[in-house]
Amino acid sequence: MMEKDLLIKIAYLVSSVLFIMGIKMLGKTATARRGNTLSAVAMFIAVVATLLNSQVLSFTEIFVTILIGSAIGLIVARRVEMTSMPEMVALFNGFGGASSVLVASSEYWRMAHEANASMPLVVGVTVVISVIIGAVTFSGSLVAFGKLKGIINGRAIMFTGQHALNAALFVTALAASVLVVLNPNTEVWMLAVLGLALLLGILTVIPIGGADMPVVISLLNSYSGIAASATGFVLNNQVLIITGALVGASGIILTQIMCKAMNRSLVNVLLGGFGQTKGTAAAGGGEEIVVKEVGVEESAMLFESASSVIIVPGYGMAVAQAQHVVRELADNLEKRGTSVKFAIHPVAGRMPGHMNVLLAEANIPYDKLIEMDQINDEFANTDIALIIGANDVVNPAARTNPGSPIFGMPILNVDKARTVIVCKRSMNAGYAGIENELFGHDNCLMLFGDAKATITKVVGELKEMATA
Amino acid sequence: MNAETLIVLLYVLVLASFVGFELISKVPPTLHTPLMSGSNAISGITIVGAIVAAGPVDLSVSKVLGIAALLLATLNVVGGYAVTDRMLKMFKKKK
Repeated sequence: MMEKDLLIKIAYLVSSVLFIMGIKMLGKTATARRGNTLSAVAMFIAVVATLLNSQVLSFTEIFVTILIGSAIGLIVARRVEMTSMPEMVALFNGFGGASSVLVASSEYWRMAHEANASMPLVVGVTVVISVIIGAVTFSGSLVAFGKLKGIINGRAIMFTGQHALNAALFVTALAASVLVVLNPNTEVWMLAVLGLALLLGILTVIPIGGADMPVVISLLNSYSGIAASATGFVLNNQVLIITGALVGASGIILTQIMCKAMNRSLVNVLLGGFGQTKGTAAAGGGEEIVVKEVGVEESAMLFESASSVIIVPGYGMAVAQAQHVVRELADNLEKRGTSVKFAIHPVAGRMPGHMNVLLAEANIPYDKLIEMDQINDEFANTDIALIIGANDVVNPAARTNPGSPIFGMPILNVDKARTVIVCKRSMNAGYAGIENELFGHDNCLMLFGDAKATITKVVGELKEMATA
Repeated sequence: MNAETLIVLLYVLVLASFVGFELISKVPPTLHTPLMSGSNAISGITIVGAIVAAGPVDLSVSKVLGIAALLLATLNVVGGYAVTDRMLKMFKKKK
């Protein structure tokens, strides 16, 4: 028996090492896929080792459950559209959180009711922490999922006294936690903690609007790791603590990157309600912006005579599912000898790296996608900057207008290009709810319409020109 | 669990967090989504705890909770790794 336990511990050690190596490789494009496989192997080793545990006796139920879970997981992973990646990550994240809650609750129940043993203080505290973080992750992720999917209003939902209510709920949850630790056999306190934490998760994500989702998803990702770590403390299991910490760190780093890209603090994002301020300051002088429209044919002619084009995709491209026609446009232009690059703003889309995944799906090689800092100086030497479904991330007000809510946010300097073509459905403001003064610039032309339909027409025109 | 074990576990937590910050701080933006979905799959490591919780032969509340945890954790793990692999397969350099 002793040897078996030792074997399990060694397997966990090997698994931890493989997880660390896997996540390291996941950070480099050349090795990322192998890194992911390596971490899957690590997971497999950990699972097999756990099956050797002497407490694990009911293999039939375990195997059936694993089989069902794997089947559903595989089907979802195969079928999900790349445009829906943020929803899927949010949902799976929620499952991770829920699983932490259930494991901790199971251990709590076993100790409080079945083992007839008194619960040590440390276990009580860690169980409560695990339940709270896991439950916040679960309900918060579900709200994020609902917002991304459009089931719940994607805009920031605010009401008076929101922050006071959240603070009160948090304090009550802490009080209930103390009661759980002091009276581990009264499960009503545990249920209270669970309910309050679920409510807190919902209320903290509700006031955060669509374009802030990259921050929220990163943060919830981090929480799911922290929840796993906390569960590791409950079970005295190092592999959970280590891997949970890795995920927690990765989520926090992504959160920081996203906040920096929006020039906002995490607190500011979490307080929510961004872009809800209406009225005076938003109009930026109150002048009506006069825009110049451009048609499909004329755009095609502009593209034909251009020698360099930078395409700036945004969430609108994802919504219109336009990534494939954009690839066609890029291919067509490249065949004519035009240089084509893609400029990616860190917060474009609804999750970190969202645009990169969509363009990769459309078969655009990743070395054509250039980060903001590297491409910003190139706009001045570029004939056409084509903006597809992006708005706030190209608003020059962020550089020039100290009164603007987005002032100071790093943007793509598309206005420096010789000609800017903006492909957009309507004149509606972007997420920040402000006018984009770029649209009134002399070098800016508006190409109104659905991104997919419009770009398809432009490509058609270009093909005709080639044959004529 | 005694205080000494707790301290050891805290050491593990702190050191692993530092390793995590070191490893992930320089990830290129191209990989942000796969990193997120991949690390999401990794957070399904609670599957280990779920298996133990679902382990006893006799049916009990804690076993039912364990089985529910196992189902969700498996979904998280398998779905997460599969979708990350699908994404990473698409990332190609210029031929």
